[in-house]
Amino acid sequence: MTDEPKLGKRPVAGPAAGPDSFLGKDSAFALDDEPLSIGHAIRSYVNRLRTGDPGALPSILGLLVLGFIFSRVSDQFLSLNNIGNLPGQSAYIAVIALGLIFVLLLGEIDLSAGTAGGVCAGFAAQALFSGGLKNGVSGALFWTLACFMVLSLLLGVWLKAWTGAAVVLIGLLILTFGLEKHVLGAMFFAVTLGTAIGIFTGWLVAKVGIPSFVVTLALFLAWQGVLLFALNSQPVGIQSYPYWYGLANNNMSNTWSWVFTIVLVGGYLGYTLLRAIRARAKGLIAESMALVLVRGGLLAAVGVVITILACQDRNPNVGFPISGIPWAMSIPIVLMIAATIALTKTPWGRHLFATGGNAEAARRAGIDVVHIRVTAFTVCSSFAALGGIFLSSSTGGAQLDLGAGNILLFAVAAAVIGGTSLFGGRGKPRDAIIGALVIAIIPNGIGLKPSLPAQWQTVITGAVLLIAATVDALSRRSSSRR
Amino acid sequence: MHGGGRQVVADPILETRDLNKSFGAVQVLHDVSISVYPGQVTALVGDNGAGKSTFVKCIAGINSIDSGEVRWQGKPVTVHDPREAAALGIEFVYQDLALADNLTITQNMYLGREIRRGGFLVNGEMERKAREVLTGLSVRTVSSVRQLVASLSGGQRQTVAIAKAVLWNSKVVFLDEPTAALGVAQTRQVLDLVRRLADNGLGVVLISHNMNDVMEVADRVVALYLGRVAAEVSRSDTSVTQIVELITTGRSGDIGLSRATASESI
Repeated sequence: MTDEPKLGKRPVAGPAAGPDSFLGKDSAFALDDEPLSIGHAIRSYVNRLRTGDPGALPSILGLLVLGFIFSRVSDQFLSLNNIGNLPGQSAYIAVIALGLIFVLLLGEIDLSAGTAGGVCAGFAAQALFSGGLKNGVSGALFWTLACFMVLSLLLGVWLKAWTGAAVVLIGLLILTFGLEKHVLGAMFFAVTLGTAIGIFTGWLVAKVGIPSFVVTLALFLAWQGVLLFALNSQPVGIQSYPYWYGLANNNMSNTWSWVFTIVLVGGYLGYTLLRAIRARAKGLIAESMALVLVRGGLLAAVGVVITILACQDRNPNVGFPISGIPWAMSIPIVLMIAATIALTKTPWGRHLFATGGNAEAARRAGIDVVHIRVTAFTVCSSFAALGGIFLSSSTGGAQLDLGAGNILLFAVAAAVIGGTSLFGGRGKPRDAIIGALVIAIIPNGIGLKPSLPAQWQTVITGAVLLIAATVDALSRRSSSRR
Repeated sequence: MHGGGRQVVADPILETRDLNKSFGAVQVLHDVSISVYPGQVTALVGDNGAGKSTFVKCIAGINSIDSGEVRWQGKPVTVHDPREAAALGIEFVYQDLALADNLTITQNMYLGREIRRGGFLVNGEMERKAREVLTGLSVRTVSSVRQLVASLSGGQRQTVAIAKAVLWNSKVVFLDEPTAALGVAQTRQVLDLVRRLADNGLGVVLISHNMNDVMEVADRVVALYLGRVAAEVSRSDTSVTQIVELITTGRSGDIGLSRATASESI
């Protein structure tokens, strides 16, 4: 381009820009013209690492290193029984972190996700315990709650968060017909309450314009008190409700475990295969068959190994067999897949990334940035409610400090350790799952060695988080240098 | 195409007639009449405060007009916001590009106007069309439309921003200082691209401070001086000296504003 004559003769417009322009590595779309092979995939991955997008690599390495250390510390660590407990210990972090990803992608934060989840689970537990929320809480609180949900519903309609508004409406119907005294109704009500909280939070941030840090800090404090009102300052146990208690403590049957794995792996393989075949038929950028099959095969191998191990009896006490994939593993995985599809395959997800990357560009492109922000907070709090349910499931009930303390911070740490950037624009639902495992593996490993004082738990967690944040900062610097 | 064809003057596609605009007591635009022709690069030059930005904002509908009219394909139109301008076929590429670094070239080009089927994105289709547009503009410096914009050079980013603007069968493109932050080779690329846009039949309005760029790529030069059109000259009949004189004093020899008008504004 540089040796063109200065004036006069200029290259002719149109695709026929010269016989050699499409040959050679530097020419236009060189990378788009051939099918994406395994070599391409590896090269582009290495390239991403070099240009400051380490992806899941640091967190997986961290997981392996921690696993190696703990397997040295205690020979119990790698036992099937112990590994089988990990999902139950990490699910609530994973689910809350999954929701947080949506908000973090915008460069915002939701500090209230933990306590909001606690409030939602608290109301649900109270409703179950007293056979309907009306019987469990004071009339004033009940009607305040109903009015709050109506307000959120109206806000949702006004801000065009249709799905959120519909979910809140379902929650109001559950309340109207007293369905929250059944366990499934109660859990679903908790999620709808989370949705209502999310719309409210999103409105304060996106429409009123208060920084999300302040809004959610205030709500973080406020929800803790609301939880005490909801529980009448009495903890409520949920162990007698198998559906709820089972979330963090029970497993799928061996048969269903295999069905789950086969559907998941088969679905992924089928989707990528179909996508490659169709793309090639239409002359679009397509992945080579080898790449699709090798990648799908790797996933299948991992899935099969995990399922085989999960389907063995892992109870050290003979006579009470425990086996199957824990619900606390399968549900977060399904949620992760749903979140991934929403973020990468829908216009809404694309707009969310754009808003997080450059809000001004998104606005100029005609994207309703306020709507995107509100819906992101709505999704976050809905996930948080589910996280609160998982949390109370693993602790056996709704305690007075459900969702308070370090829980939100652990969830943020999980997302960051997994590779999500706090500056917005970069992150994947996958990060939440891997990060949550890293967070959960530390108390798990330390707990196995009574001689190792528990003080180390937070110190190690902090160190791991710091390392993850350093990797993020360094990779950002290397990518902005160019 | 370029050269001889330029003499055959088609009807202007976009035209302003006696545009006036004041901010309070300050009149920023005085009877500005400018025409944009398809297939031509119209350079809009002027010193800081000459009214270039205000003029562009009036066309985009960001600023309202006090009096005068904007005519699109011969018919008077009123534009209230940039989206209405886009619906007519007028696109604007601003200095701060408005690209999202964390998205790919394709994703940026289709931002806000994604092709969707059943509520889901059709990525393959968008990638194919993005390639077609870039190929049509003879963009040869991009190795994949799946590249993140963060990994592009300044010139490549400018190229993507321009390609994004012309993706939608737009007919007029306003380019605000497209070469301001670029090196020599990249400026070259972008100027070639600007020329090709015009050769493909678009009306291009190039807002620039750089006289070399203007002399190289423009067909006509419109010089603004303190809110007035000082002169509208054909590039082949003018020189850098003359344009600079028009920009700084509003007149040059026997063309430009009358001596009285030129001095009254000061």
